[in-house]
Amino acid sequence: MSLLGLATFRHGVHPDEHKEATEDLRIERMPFVRSYVLPLGQHGGKPAKPVVRVGQSVLRGELIAAADGFVSTCLHAPVDGRVTAIDRRRHPNGALVEAIEIEADAFSPQTVREGEPLDVDVMPREQFVAEVQRAGLVGLGGAAFPAHVKYALPEGRKVRELVINGCECEPYLTCDHRTMVERPAAVVRGVRILARQLGVERSTIGVEANKPDAVEVLRAAIGDDPQVRVVPLEVKYPQGAEKMLIKAIFGVEVPAGKLPLDIEMVVNNVGTMASLADWFDRRVPLIERVVTVAGPGIERPANLLVPVGTPVGEVLRQAGGLSQDTREVVMGGPMMGQSLASLDVPVLKGTSGLLAFTAQETAHPNEYACLKCGRCLDACANFLNPSRLARLSKAGRHAELEQAFVMDCMECGACSFACPSNIPIVQLIRASKSAIRSRRARS
Amino acid sequence: MTTAIGDPQRRTLVIRSSPHIVSGASVDTIMFHVVVALLPISAFAIYAFGLTALTTLGAAIVACVVAEALLNRVAGNSGTLGDWSAVVTGLLYGLTLPPGLPLWMVAVGGFLAIGVGKFLFGGLGYNPFNPALVGRAMLQAAFPVAMTTWLPALTAGRFARLPSSALALPFCEPTYDVLTGPTPLSAWKFDHVAEAASDLALGYVSGSTGETCAVLILLGGVYLALRRMMSWRIPVAILATVALLSAVLHAIEPARYASAPFMLLSGGLMLGAVFMATDMVSSPMTHPGAIVYGVVIGALVVVIRTWGGMPEGVMYAILLGNALTPLIDQQIRPRTYGHAHRQRKAGGA
Repeated sequence: MSLLGLATFRHGVHPDEHKEATEDLRIERMPFVRSYVLPLGQHGGKPAKPVVRVGQSVLRGELIAAADGFVSTCLHAPVDGRVTAIDRRRHPNGALVEAIEIEADAFSPQTVREGEPLDVDVMPREQFVAEVQRAGLVGLGGAAFPAHVKYALPEGRKVRELVINGCECEPYLTCDHRTMVERPAAVVRGVRILARQLGVERSTIGVEANKPDAVEVLRAAIGDDPQVRVVPLEVKYPQGAEKMLIKAIFGVEVPAGKLPLDIEMVVNNVGTMASLADWFDRRVPLIERVVTVAGPGIERPANLLVPVGTPVGEVLRQAGGLSQDTREVVMGGPMMGQSLASLDVPVLKGTSGLLAFTAQETAHPNEYACLKCGRCLDACANFLNPSRLARLSKAGRHAELEQAFVMDCMECGACSFACPSNIPIVQLIRASKSAIRSRRARS
Repeated sequence: MTTAIGDPQRRTLVIRSSPHIVSGASVDTIMFHVVVALLPISAFAIYAFGLTALTTLGAAIVACVVAEALLNRVAGNSGTLGDWSAVVTGLLYGLTLPPGLPLWMVAVGGFLAIGVGKFLFGGLGYNPFNPALVGRAMLQAAFPVAMTTWLPALTAGRFARLPSSALALPFCEPTYDVLTGPTPLSAWKFDHVAEAASDLALGYVSGSTGETCAVLILLGGVYLALRRMMSWRIPVAILATVALLSAVLHAIEPARYASAPFMLLSGGLMLGAVFMATDMVSSPMTHPGAIVYGVVIGALVVVIRTWGGMPEGVMYAILLGNALTPLIDQQIRPRTYGHAHRQRKAGGA
């Protein structure tokens, strides 16, 4: 509990929110463009397998690549058009990956073909899980892990609490906020479908207190249903991290190395809930998502409903283009997002934002020696000692790093954000973790 | 690295590992605010002791900044002059010196503070002890008489001229052309005379240049704590420990042991607890560690003052606390999220 009396987790940071540019802007539809690129691996797990040929015509919402195994998901055509290539294309992370390229049909009205709602109330669990995989649903909070995997409970497991993440604790981003405000019924419908399937008696939507309008409309959409509640939370980063959200709402911790399911909880993002409702009620798969386009380098910030596969450059152009002094374009939030080397990469299912930063944000201030001020310790929601982890990382002392639980670090970046000596703490830790992982893989 | 669609200029974009934003907190800002917090204390010191306080503080800062600049050149690094840390060390060091101390001694101590206290260990961030106190401790060992000769506060003519001792030539015995007297602590220790608490709080007593006005020191501490630039736990733990121990002792035998308000407000305790013990580099990083550290220092202050040979013990108490810091940081570690127990001890911290 904080001084304000709102629930939250302990530690963390409070960056300037910078949400004012887009938090009141209605979601606009991104116009259709000429060509779309859909990497087969844009979710956690195995890449999907193409089920179309080059030259084949596809309809908007049609399956173009099927899940390859259980931890994988389906991919659908975002537009009516023709497959022009199945080849290697640039992924936002810089790698060349297999992707399906689709040229939009310029004469198509691009209407979505909706279907009859599925009766989810009587659907067996296995069928429900298969349906979610058919919808190509992934966690829309950023990690893009296939959603159905979380819903396939191992034998004997049950779920006590369904937790819905409406925190949107990353600065600048407002896509979840707008989804809650503009589609509260879909969000709540998704929660009810999932709660029924998981046999959960109570669902909790956690929303940070800087979104009072979202809290209000969600509560109105819930009505007097005692099984769904909205809990306003203190504004703090990284509250949207599963384990922090659970700590904030219930005051309990997920044991190290375990998943929320191990304490009978499932955590999902609000956007995922709306997409879940779209599939079961309207038979519309995950072919588009809300993307916040903002930051000091963006001329006309916006919340855009963008078909998956749209080139980033086209989305930025729709938002008025980049200012002269733009130096960096980030996909995702400013705390955990990824710098783009090229704007000729597609928006993915997990793309929550496109942010443009200028020289002011990208300036690299001098690094000082650690003053042992302890700010990184106060920032770390995992209660690690980031200062020490950074020091051990610089020295390459992997055994000690592992003893100090370096692998528990979720790389939220709060330590680097807080450091007055400008030490790239999380970046050092990230490098160590990756070195430790590859050494483990070798042995 | 260049861009195509939507960006006809094909500009170069930078690639950075997240996070892409920072809080804007910087070492320079923290040090600058420490100087700001010390300004009222310095102003009062000049009001109470006159010209000699001004020259003492000035000489201390100049000595530390010059030492920093020279040693930076010797060490071949450039960046640490602009970070205000030498100014902070110089100012803090100057505030702990008796007014009227020969200026050449002030300068020698300033060089030692930066040279031995800081650079010998690797510079800012690596000093195990508070550099200002290292400088002062070496002066105390080298010049015990000059370091314990005290000018009274608020004397007439203090703005007109410097006491002759301040201008003593190097390696010559300083002569005092003004009255000197005991500090409240030595008056208590040797004569059992207790100064009124109100005079102590407001600083109308003799003592080191900047240690006399408890009220302004506390205000400076509150200013830094509110800006989250200082661990408030350390001074609170020190002061609470001193208050508790001395209250117990005073209750047992009032004639022998000074009262808690007298112990809290006299000598260098306030300045030490608020500005010296809180040096980030030489104090523990965790909150529980900070409290342990404060309690140890508080207990040592009472022990040294009560049973030691000297009337004052704050400086040595803090230096001993500094020495314990690595041990405290190694032993007291936060319990990591999702783990039942504290981190296992894992070699050198």
